[in-house]
This record gives sequence, C-alpha cells and structure tokens, in this order.
Amino acid sequence: MAVEAPARPEAPAPRRSGLRHRLAERGVDRVLLLLVPAVLVIGLLFLYPMLYGVGLSLQPKNGGGPFGNYADFFKDSYQRGTVWKTLRLALPAALINVGASVPIAYRLRGRFRGRRVLTALLVLPVTLGTVLVADGLLRYLGPKGWFNRVLLDLHIVDEPVRLIYNYWGVLLSLLITGFPFAFLLVLSYMSGIDPTLERAAATLGAGPWQRMRRVVLPLLAPGLATTFVLAFVLAFSVFPSANLVGEPAGETRVMAIAAYQAAFEKYDYSMASTIAVLMGVFELLVISVTLLLRGRLYTGPASGGKGS
Amino acid sequence: MTVGSVVEKDSRAAFGHLRLDGVTRRFGKATALSGFDLRIEGGEFIALLGPSGCGKSTALNCLAGLLPLSEGAIWLDEERIDTLPPEKRGFGMVFQNYALFPHLSVRKNVAFGLSVRRVGKAETARRVDEALRTVELTEHADKLPGQLSGGQQQRVAIARAIVLRPKLVLMDEPLSNLDAKLRVQMRTEIRRIHQDLGLTTVYVTHDQEEALALADRVVVLRSGKVEQIGTPEEVYTYPVSTYIAGFMGYRNLLELPVLSSGDGKVGLGEKDGLNLTGVSRQPITGARAVAAVRPEDFHIAGSPDSAAGENIVTVRVEVSEFHGREVAAEGVTDDGRVVHFRSPERIAPGERVALTVAPERVLVFGESVQDAAAALDEAAAESIGETTGAKDGG
Repeated sequence: MAVEAPARPEAPAPRRSGLRHRLAERGVDRVLLLLVPAVLVIGLLFLYPMLYGVGLSLQPKNGGGPFGNYADFFKDSYQRGTVWKTLRLALPAALINVGASVPIAYRLRGRFRGRRVLTALLVLPVTLGTVLVADGLLRYLGPKGWFNRVLLDLHIVDEPVRLIYNYWGVLLSLLITGFPFAFLLVLSYMSGIDPTLERAAATLGAGPWQRMRRVVLPLLAPGLATTFVLAFVLAFSVFPSANLVGEPAGETRVMAIAAYQAAFEKYDYSMASTIAVLMGVFELLVISVTLLLRGRLYTGPASGGKGS
Repeated sequence: MTVGSVVEKDSRAAFGHLRLDGVTRRFGKATALSGFDLRIEGGEFIALLGPSGCGKSTALNCLAGLLPLSEGAIWLDEERIDTLPPEKRGFGMVFQNYALFPHLSVRKNVAFGLSVRRVGKAETARRVDEALRTVELTEHADKLPGQLSGGQQQRVAIARAIVLRPKLVLMDEPLSNLDAKLRVQMRTEIRRIHQDLGLTTVYVTHDQEEALALADRVVVLRSGKVEQIGTPEEVYTYPVSTYIAGFMGYRNLLELPVLSSGDGKVGLGEKDGLNLTGVSRQPITGARAVAAVRPEDFHIAGSPDSAAGENIVTVRVEVSEFHGREVAAEGVTDDGRVVHFRSPERIAPGERVALTVAPERVLVFGESVQDAAAALDEAAAESIGETTGAKDGG
C-alpha cells in the first residue's frame, strides 16, 4: 500500500497527455486557434454574402418558382448573349497574356544587369488601374490619337482604324492590365526550372527550339495552366473597361454589365444575383476543365536531381 | 562487358586527338582559366584536379561549349570546334546534379539524344536497352528519375551520355553527391565503362583519390593555371610543388633553413632543432626550403633517448585517432612544429616518441612558406576524409 499510494495521483496524467499527443499527431493543437480570425473573416465577408446571394437568386421578383430567374436568363437572347460576349473577351485575353509571358519570361529568367528595371517596367501597368488605362487607350487609339495619325500619315490606312468603343478596346485594356499578373507568375514558374536541364539537353544535341519544346514547356505547362486560370478569372469579371472603352450596349455587354443593370437600373436584386451566380458557374466550368487537363501533366519538381 | 566491344571500335575511331590551345576564360575582371594547353589522345582518361575556383569546371564547360572562350582555340584533329554550339559538338556530359529530365522516364531520358537526332524507333530501342544493360538499370526503365536513388540517377546520367557514343565524355564531379561507399563503387563502374566502350573521358574532381584512381593522366590546376600534368604515379610520387605535394597527401610541410645542397640531396635543419635530409629534383638556391613528408612515411624509431641515426624527429603526441590497421597521430616537436604521422600501435597523448623517415621520402621544394601554407589550407579544405585510399593506390 505504501508503495502504491504515491503512484495513484500520477496515473491520470499519462492518459491526458496521451490524448494530447494523439490530437497533435492529427495536427490538432492550440496553434489551430490562429485560424479563428481568418475563418471569421471568410465566413462573415465571403461565405455569408455568397450564400445570401444564392438565396436571393432563388426568390424571383416575377415569380415562376425558385429557378424562374435562371429560366428567364436563358430564354432571353439579350441576356443569354452576355455569356458568349464575356467568354469571347476573357478566353483570348487570358490565352494571349499567358502566351506572351512565356517568351519574355524565358528571356528574363537568368540573372543579368537591368533585369529588375525591366521587370518593374513590365509590371508597372498593375499600379495604373483600369480607369487610367482606359483613358490612355481612348486618347492614344482614338480617331485623332497618335496611333491613327501615324497610320494615316504613312498612308497605311485611308480612314482611322476603329479600336475604341468596341470589342478591340476592351480586349486591349484586358491585355494591358492582365499581362503583369500573368508575367510575374510565369516568371516565377520559369525560374523554378533547373537551368542545368537545358544545358544537359544542349549537350545531348537539342537546339534552342528542341530544348524549349522538349524540356522547358513540359516542365512549365502545369504552371501555365494555373496562370491561365487566374488570368481568366481576372478577365471574366471585366466591368470598368467594358463600359469605358467598349460598347456596353452592344458587343461588350458582358455579364457584369448585365448584373449591374439588373441591380441598379431595374432594381431587380434577385435577377442580379442570378447573373452573378451564373458568372461563378461559368468560371468554375472553365477552371475545372483546365485543372482536369493539368492533372494529366507531369507536376513534380522541375530540378535535375540531387543537390540542385 | 561484352556488349561494349561492338561500340569500342566506333568510339576509338572517332578522333585521334583533341587539342586545347591557350584556352582562356574571363568573368568580368576575374580570370577563371588562363592559357590552358592540353593534348588529349583518343581513348585517354584525363582528370582535371584542383580545389574549387581553380578553373577545372570552367575548362570542362568550355570544352562542352556551355561557356564561350575569351581567348584560345579547341581543335578536334584538324577541325576547330570552340565556335560550335554544344549541340553540334557531339560530346556527352554528366553533370554534378545529374540534370535528369524529371518529367521523362528513365528510358526516355536515355533516349533523349537519339530522339533529337531522329534515330529510328527500332535502333533507338536497341541502343537504349544496351545502355541500360551496361549501367544495370534495365528493371527501372519505366520509372521517373524522382523515384530512383542517387546512385541510380547517377547511372542514368551516364547511360544518357554514352548512348550517343560520344567522341568525348565530360564528367563534372559526378560522384560528389554520393555517400562514401557508393562513391568508391561508382568510381570503379565509371572506369569499367570507360575501358569497355573505349571512351575518351575528361573528368573533373577536387578529390585527389578519385583522380589518381581513375585517370591515365592527371592535370592539376591552381588559380586557373596548370601546375602539373602527369600520370597518377608521377603526380603522386614526384609532385612539382608544395601545392601539389600538399594535395597529394604530403601533410607535413616543414620550412627549414638550407644547410647543404648538391647532387639532388638537400640537408635542412636548425641548430639544436629539427634536422632533415631529403631529395630535390630542382636545385635549391634560397636560404630556406620546405620539406614535404607523408604521414605514413614516418616510422617510430623508438624512445627519444635510444634512437640514433639520420632524420630523427622527436615529438610529444597530442592527438591519436584509431583508423583500423593503424593509428593516425599528431605530435608536436620541441620547437612547436606540428607533425602528422602513423603508428601501427596505439600511442597515448603525452607520450614522447622518436620518428624517422628515409631521406628519399623527404621531398624538398625551394618555395616560400606562404606557398606551402596556402597549399595546405587548400588541400585541407577540399580533401574529403583521410587519404588512406590514395596511399593504398600508390
């Protein structure tokens, strides 16, 4: 008895610490509390408004059941057309931005003098904001702008080329504002490719084009897919430039404009929510297809072996 | 291996000799390699040896075409090749980090060069199988490089370089990322492949043991310049400078005043201090000279009182390390010089012993002590582990 007595009070202690260890193994410990602020912010500022919007879209102003608005949207060709108009802008813009980033990032991947200045110049448009870019485009590409004046004076064209207040204006604006994002991402993916791989390919007889096609592009492809997804989402929600340099009543009446008009011109918040939800659905469709294709690529590390 | 004999003739016939003619490479103001002259005969195994920053990797990259030359020329027989891009030279290269294409299977990695050259499917399959058999990786052919161990990745890198039957194989410290045991194993493998396929190989390393074991001729570089070129035996037995002596395992570099010199025999010593008689291949003109002695050339002559004769060095043992068949010990002479030596029996720190060394085992160099110190520092910083293997090889 005298021996057992001091052992008793200690007995529960190992069990308690045992539970703590088992929880810690599953990643549950007090550090998790650090997530609370983020979860609160996401819940209050993102999840709740989103679910509220979905709920609102299911309560049509004109009746017709919970899916009445969705049916109305697809029945009305003026509304339905916005889907195509938005995709027609966002897909080429994202593709061109990613595509143009590849050769430039390829040139800039190594270290050389002035790399930082050049990178800063390429990234500059991010800081400008859509409205300033739109203003610049209107002046530069307008009928009396520099661009048309040069073309006219060189007698390349007889009358000013129309590049604003239509599809081309919006596309150009999306390219200018979207390129820096795509470029920065592609550059970081490009820098992640071990440069000795290309040198190895060269000693094996591959010329510059072969090295690009057989080594760089396959290793870059997953990163390009990710970049495309982000560039696409950015371009899909185009609103200011579609209004300012586009033709918001005609060929650049994108989904965001349709939603805006529903909400603030017709005061039909339910329909506006419906259009917003549909925007999300179409974005998710494109993203899913892209990520599905990405899953079929090699996505491991882009280094050549040990010690790199 | 028997498969090699077919390839042998292809490779042997590839070229007569390769000549580097004053090859110089500068990076900004720094000269990494200056006036490098070397003639490599077809079928030779050349090791470029030196500490990091000596220019050996620069020389290899210049040969491969990955670095343009600042000056000089490279000739393959009578064709000048230093202006060709790497893909036109037809040299195989094995990189320090292997540089395997991570997105391609082992088979496709090895087939890469063939597929770039549009070699037919059947021919490609046959040659890839043969190369994989040579490096014993047939059963791993469909794995990705990431699924292989370091040693296996290394063998893929070698297979990928030799499948093209290159005129010249360049290897840039290929064993430095492997652990000690695998390193020795792969070293033998590399020499075997070189012989079986009749390759011409240029091998860069900072490990003198590797260079001596593998090469037909060793080129020792120092600060971008050639210090000595010779067979492993020559470089090991007759280093031309304290720098190379330090690199080749002469850990004891003792600077002493010159007492007598003539007939290749040099007497060095201090009054009431260390006295050594050694040999020199050049005439010693200065007042002081450096005596280089390998730790394993010192023998224990007995206790300090009874020992008599030539080249007796009395030391107090400071540290002794057990190395299996022998003990590596560090002692200090009465005037404070550190002496490294070996002993077949265990000796205790604090003990006083008399060491002796045969005069023909003491190499004397008429150089300044700074040279000797620099050589020792560089050698110590670069050599991995002890030099017991090199001793066995010599």
